[in-house]
Amino acid sequence: MAGMAALQSQIMQEPFGEFSWILTLLFYAFFFVFMFYGQKINTYIMLREVEGSLFKLKYLRDEGRKIVIETIKEIGKPQTDPTARVDRFLEYFTISPQSLDPAGIVGKLEHILDVRDTRFKDDVKLMAPATDKTQVNNLENTLEAAMALNFIYKVIRHFYLLGKKTLSLYIIMQIQMILPLVMREAEAYASALKAFADGQPIGDGAGALVAAKLTHGHPTRNIAKDCVVAAVPIEGRTAYVIKAEGPGGNVGKPGEAIKTVVEESEGEIAMIIMVDAALKLEGEAVGEVAEGVGAAIGGPGVDQFKIEESILKYRIPINAVIIKEDIGDAVSPMRKEIFDAVDKAIERIKQVILEKTKEGDRVIIAGVGNTIGIGQ
Amino acid sequence: MSKKSSSATTKISSFVLLVIFITLALSLTALILAISAFSSNGIAAYYLLLIGFLGAALSTYVLFQTRKRIKRLSIKTPSVTTTIECRKCGFKSVRDFQRGDYIFREVDPCQKCNENMLITAIYREVEEKKKRTLF
Repeated sequence: MAGMAALQSQIMQEPFGEFSWILTLLFYAFFFVFMFYGQKINTYIMLREVEGSLFKLKYLRDEGRKIVIETIKEIGKPQTDPTARVDRFLEYFTISPQSLDPAGIVGKLEHILDVRDTRFKDDVKLMAPATDKTQVNNLENTLEAAMALNFIYKVIRHFYLLGKKTLSLYIIMQIQMILPLVMREAEAYASALKAFADGQPIGDGAGALVAAKLTHGHPTRNIAKDCVVAAVPIEGRTAYVIKAEGPGGNVGKPGEAIKTVVEESEGEIAMIIMVDAALKLEGEAVGEVAEGVGAAIGGPGVDQFKIEESILKYRIPINAVIIKEDIGDAVSPMRKEIFDAVDKAIERIKQVILEKTKEGDRVIIAGVGNTIGIGQ
Repeated sequence: MSKKSSSATTKISSFVLLVIFITLALSLTALILAISAFSSNGIAAYYLLLIGFLGAALSTYVLFQTRKRIKRLSIKTPSVTTTIECRKCGFKSVRDFQRGDYIFREVDPCQKCNENMLITAIYREVEEKKKRTLF
C-alpha cells in the first residue's frame, strides 16, 4: 500500500514540480495563439466543415450524372455515347428577363420558359431517340435533378475556394451557416433522381393525384399545353377537373388551363378550388391537409399570375386545399402518408363545394403538381 | 467531369492512410517501450504510456471517422410498392414497383374474374422513429 502511495505521489508531483515552467509556457502560448490567431483557426475549422460537405455534394453530383447516362443508355437506345451531350446539358443556364421596367415581364418570362422547355425536350429526344412522350418527360425531369445537383456543387465549391483564397471568415461563414439547408435540398434532389428515372409518383404529385382520382373514368380532353380537363359531376354540380397530362413527368400549364375553362364558360364559374402539395413547417405532420384561400401554385409565378388575372376579371372566389410535406418528400417517391392524405383532400373539396356552391353550379378543381407516375 | 471522380470521392486517400498507420505503429511502439521501461524508469514509462494511448486512440478515431464518411456517401433507394386491384371482384395484390408502372394503368387480367386489373396505388412506407418532444 505504502509503495503504491509513493508511486502515485511521484507521478502526480514530480512532473508538475520539475516541468511546471513548461506548463506555464504552454498556457501562455495557447493564450497568445488564440488571442491573435483565433479567427484564423475558426476559419480553418469552418473550411474543413464545408470541405466535408463538398465531398458529399461531389459524390451526389457524380452519382446523378451516372444515373442519367445509364438511364439514357437503357431506355433511349442511343447510337452514340450520350456522355458528352449529358455533360453539355448539365451546364445549361436560363437568363431571366430584365425587370427594370416590370410591365409585361410575365409574358417575357413565360416565353423564356417555353423556349427552355422546348429546347430541353428536343435535346432529350436527340440523346435518347427510342423514347416515347412519357419517357422524354421523365428523362427531362431526371436531367433537371442532375442539373440542380451540379449547380449546388459548383456554387458551394465557388464559395469554398473563394474563402480558401481570401481566408475571409465572412465569406466562409455565410456558406457554412446555410450548409445544413443546402445539404437537405441536395439530398432531396439525389433521391428524386431514381424516382424520375423510373417514373415513380413523387410527393409533389399529391395535387395531380387528387385530380386523377376525380377524373378517372370520365373522358378527358386537352385544354392547354400538357394539361387535360374532365367534366365530373360532384354533388349535383359540374366540376371541371384540371391536371397535367400523365403519366410522364410534367406540371403542364394550369394557369393557361384555368383561364381557358373560365373563358369557355364566359365567367360562369361559382368557385375555383386548387389542390397542391405545400412545404410543411418542422413539427407538422406529413400528409396534413389544410384549407385556405388564394391560388395554391408554386413555380416561377407565371401560372399564379394568369389565374389571378382570370379570377379578378370575373370576380370568382378561389379556395385552396394543401397537403403538407417537406422538401425531401416533395421530390422523392410518394410516401404512404401523402397517398392517404389524397382521399382526405377529396373529402375536404367535396365539403367546400357543398358549403359554398348551389346545385347546378360550375366549379373548377385544379390539381397542381408533377404528374409523374400518375395517369388520368 | 471525369469518369473517375466518383470513385475518387469514395476512396480514402493513401496519404491519409499512411499517416494514420505510421501514427498507430509509433503509438504501439511507445506502449511496448512503456512496458519495458516500467522497471528502470517509472516516469518515462508513464509518459510513454500516455503518448502511446493518446496516439492509438487518435489514429483509430481518425480511421473510423474516415470510414464513416465513406459509408455516409450513398444515395438511398427506398423500396416502392405497387398495389394492383380488380375493380370488379376487389382482388388486391401488392408487389415491388416495376419501371413502366403508373397509377390508373391497366395491367394483367384478374386471377379470379379475368377482368383487367388496375394499378391503384404506388407509394413507399417510411418508418419514422418517434422522437420525444415537448412541442
